[in-house]
Amino acid sequence: MKTRAIVSSVSVSVALLALWCVIAELEWISSIFLPGPAATWQSLSDGLRQGELLHLTLGTVERMAYGWALASLIGMALGALIGISPLLRTWLQPTLELIRPLPASAIVPVAIAFIGLSPAMVLIVIAFGAVWPVLLATTHGFANIEPRLHEVGRVLRLSPLAFIIKVGLPNAMPDALAGMRLSLTVSLILAIVGEMLASQEGLGLAILQAARSFRSADLFAGVVLLGAIGFVSNSLLGMAERRALKWKQI
Amino acid sequence: MRALLDRLGWRGWALPVTLLVLAEVAMRINPVESDALARPTDVLNALAQTIANGSVLSLSAQTLAAALAGLALGGGLGLAAGIWFGLSRAASDAASLSVELLRPVPSVALIPLSMLVFGFGFRMEIAVIAFTCFWPMLLLSQAAVRNVEPRLLEVARVLGFAWWERVLKLILPAALPRIFVAFRLCVGIALVVAVTTEIAANPQGLGYALMNAQQSLRPDLMFAMLLWIGLLGWGLGAGLLLLQRAWFRHSLGQQP
Repeated sequence: MKTRAIVSSVSVSVALLALWCVIAELEWISSIFLPGPAATWQSLSDGLRQGELLHLTLGTVERMAYGWALASLIGMALGALIGISPLLRTWLQPTLELIRPLPASAIVPVAIAFIGLSPAMVLIVIAFGAVWPVLLATTHGFANIEPRLHEVGRVLRLSPLAFIIKVGLPNAMPDALAGMRLSLTVSLILAIVGEMLASQEGLGLAILQAARSFRSADLFAGVVLLGAIGFVSNSLLGMAERRALKWKQI
Repeated sequence: MRALLDRLGWRGWALPVTLLVLAEVAMRINPVESDALARPTDVLNALAQTIANGSVLSLSAQTLAAALAGLALGGGLGLAAGIWFGLSRAASDAASLSVELLRPVPSVALIPLSMLVFGFGFRMEIAVIAFTCFWPMLLLSQAAVRNVEPRLLEVARVLGFAWWERVLKLILPAALPRIFVAFRLCVGIALVVAVTTEIAANPQGLGYALMNAQQSLRPDLMFAMLLWIGLLGWGLGAGLLLLQRAWFRHSLGQQP
């Protein structure tokens, strides 16, 4: 049964690939818009071998990773503080709720006005946009710590910091990790938008330029790579999540 | 009086209001000519002006029209596929690899492609939004259908329902509350993607106006547009949440 599912899912993917091949080969859609898999593969492997695409990919991955790491750190630290202290929650939460629903990309013009078109601007936009899922999830995780654990902490005379590290973080980890996964997706999206708008070297800018000069094979190669980045980073984080939370599944 | 203030949660409003008042006072005492900063009152003025001359309304109409059309297209297809995959294990197994491979493609990566195919305008924006909304709708409605009480399906078999009768008379009504939740999420996503597409490429709608205000060095207008986009998103989300609570309170319970 399991093998049958695998066989059927692989064959559907192959069939879709074949369909793409046929459509491109018969030019039902002009090759200006839709290059075949072969042309895409050609452009992909050429670009990777010559190092050009690899360089661009690393640029985008680096930007995404730094922004995400920054967002995760800030989100977890702030989330821990807000989650642990009802006082901070009453003062801060409504402000955060006001800012949160803003589309993260809408911050880009404001960031450009303040910082200008620089790598730092892109990084700040990524961190700002990606901080919310982590922040909200961590806050939720800390706010829902079993009340008896608070009593245990009091009996053991744990300092607030020790309580956060020894009791709070492990308990909030499942929530925080779920939030970090969401914010990884946001980071990739904002890295691409940031590159497009601030003309920073990376895949986002590369596919925009490819589209403007009608190099559709290069465009598809870039989109494939961006999909691969999303797929790989998400899978890696999923694996890390399962490993980190092993102790929870008894 | 104190109790009333507490009920309104004045502590929550203290911080943003204080900051805004401080900014206003500071910029009145020490006027700065800046391309990035504007007095809060000027921002409100700019917002009032754009509302009064109707420009922000027509911009909103453009953005919302694109968002809703993209949502209808992508969400509709996603819903259809989700119901199909939810009902048939074989179909969802067969599609699983393709879904896993296509879903991680970031929505914004399709902006250049859509621009190449459709040029600027509604069609390119709708295509990007439709692609983005397709996946969450597919996965959430599939989960919603899987969650339908299996005995209902047995009832359908006993009654000898055709497949479309099964879908229309049993599955859809039973899965509707969760599908509405998915719809609510997708409305938010569609609006965000619409604004993003307009900021990044498409010269129309609120996103472009926001970008334009920055480039023409009008910080007051820029913040006014930002404020409006925030209000619009918040209003849509809050409105749909109210509807959800009014219509599906019993079936969804306290689940957000």
